[in-house]
Amino acid sequence: MLNHRGIPTKAQVLSRFPDAKALLRPKAILECYEDIPCNPCETSCPFDAISIGSNINLQPQLIVEACTGCGICVTSCPGLAIIVAQIIKDQAMFKLPYEFLPYPKKDEIWHGINRSGDVICDAKIQSVLFNKKQDHTLQVTVLVPIDYLYNFVTIRAKHE
Amino acid sequence: MIKVIAMRIERHPILDFPKKQAIFFMFEGEKVMGFHGDTIASALHALGIKTLSYSISKNRPRGFYCAIGNCASCNMIVNGVPNVRTCITSLEENMIVERQINKGVIK
Amino acid sequence: MTYKDLIIIGGGPSGLCAAKTALEAGISVLIIDRSEKLGGQLVKQTHKFFGSKDQYAKTRGFDIAEKLVKDLKNYENLQILINATVVGLYKDKVVTVLNNEKYVRYQAKSIIVATGASEKFLAFENNDLPGIYGAGATQTLMNNYGVLPGKEVVMIGSGNIGLIVSYQLMQAGVKVKAIIEASPTIGGYKVHASKMTRLGVPILTSTTVKKAIGETEIKAIEIVSLDEKWQELPNTSRIIEIDALCISVGLSPMHQLLSMVGARMKFVFELGGFVPIIDDNNQTTQDSIFVCGDAVGIEEASSAMMEGYMTGLFVAKHLNHPHPNHEKLIQYYEEQLKLLRDGPFGEKTKVGLSKLKEGDTHA
Repeated sequence: MLNHRGIPTKAQVLSRFPDAKALLRPKAILECYEDIPCNPCETSCPFDAISIGSNINLQPQLIVEACTGCGICVTSCPGLAIIVAQIIKDQAMFKLPYEFLPYPKKDEIWHGINRSGDVICDAKIQSVLFNKKQDHTLQVTVLVPIDYLYNFVTIRAKHE
Repeated sequence: MIKVIAMRIERHPILDFPKKQAIFFMFEGEKVMGFHGDTIASALHALGIKTLSYSISKNRPRGFYCAIGNCASCNMIVNGVPNVRTCITSLEENMIVERQINKGVIK
Repeated sequence: MTYKDLIIIGGGPSGLCAAKTALEAGISVLIIDRSEKLGGQLVKQTHKFFGSKDQYAKTRGFDIAEKLVKDLKNYENLQILINATVVGLYKDKVVTVLNNEKYVRYQAKSIIVATGASEKFLAFENNDLPGIYGAGATQTLMNNYGVLPGKEVVMIGSGNIGLIVSYQLMQAGVKVKAIIEASPTIGGYKVHASKMTRLGVPILTSTTVKKAIGETEIKAIEIVSLDEKWQELPNTSRIIEIDALCISVGLSPMHQLLSMVGARMKFVFELGGFVPIIDDNNQTTQDSIFVCGDAVGIEEASSAMMEGYMTGLFVAKHLNHPHPNHEKLIQYYEEQLKLLRDGPFGEKTKVGLSKLKEGDTHA
């Protein structure tokens, strides 16, 4: 699936999610499923919560207890392969990288998209972070219904 | 008059495209406009002009391919000089640009 | 005629890095580049790069170009010639240059050919229609000149360039209707592929373009599916309407000056085409003519930079003016190159490089 269409399998996705208890706090989901020479996620994390090691080809591992869900890795990954997820009662909060115009704005409702590119739900924009260090990659915080915790991955603008 | 199609990027999530100074030049006898910073090929493309010349033996329409000066698909006659690689030649005011239909005659 | 220690032909990432270490070692350098700006293809790269800190990971390509150029500031021994195309390279290390209609000659004790690569082409009916562009060409058009290649396009090729440029097309507001890949699997990094799938762009593997449709410019393409033997499957034809077609089927080293000067060349498929036979110091079979970057094998910019640094060091030593930290730096850059080539994506390069070294290497 990944090699033919660019879509990871359900098992691959689930393997990157910490358990539900850990997700009561925001945690990074490292969707890097392939060995490629790359390590900015490891070097950008201020809490040393991502580990790759001296062989930079290895896939990153999350040290769950150390991760605070700050989202610096989200906007550091050149492959835009990292999101932050958190379970908040009957909703899931996500921090996503976003690099398109128009920029989302707080309180807007956007389409919630899954890994196949399909619209699956509404996503409410909670906040949009944009600073120089992120170098033109927005960090967007959104809320979706909890049912979509493992399906939701990004947002798309609604067209009137 | 050549129809101006909206082929210029105004806003971009990563890059800035500030307004540039307009440059007027001649294309196939018509006065057209490009901007400072354009190459001849990019200015023509922005005007919707994709055919830059015709192939030598079969006269087929030809446009650019590599856009960085390697393939010579973009050859045109500029100010009377043939075989000018328009994809790497900066646009200048009052340039006379014509489609090349043969190998080009050096005057 | 101006005489230098080193002339570097090509001011892209490998050429700029070679200049850096050569200048640090204290030799005089002339960089000659045909573009208006130094930086080679980095100048139009808007995505964040991979690799590690030493290859400027997570920095956008055009910012890397700026950093590399800035690194060369304040060296008295450096001369830069832009808008200058090298049109000849000769055994006596004479370089002939076309600069603003003037034909000028330079000579040096040593040369580094860092001319990079050229986009390959694909054979299919009507492939010469205007509106059919290399993927890199569409990137140049969009990111350097702010001009859209089209409103609705298809990308042929799912290697890293095809996937990255497709993303950049979407960022510029162009609709990418599909990414077509002839082989059964996606060629580039899967993270790049996932970005496109999330945007709703289908990646069609085992599919190829059969013909382009249009009178004076491209209006549509016909695509067909392929079986395991890469043969067309009947009844799988589809028409997709587009106003531009992007072709990303690989790069080929720009070997022309090396062939001209008589360096022994070898055709190595894994390295992209004709490459010069080199020794362990990146010297070709022509005395004091060196090569680095894509011109000696297609790889990523990150490898080109490391190779460039090393070749600058090799040249300085060759001229009996070694960098004070020569050994240490060579070791360090070799380790970096090894790391970059160690993953599955480095296999092809490693196979190519060993094929290059096979058989007799020098006349």
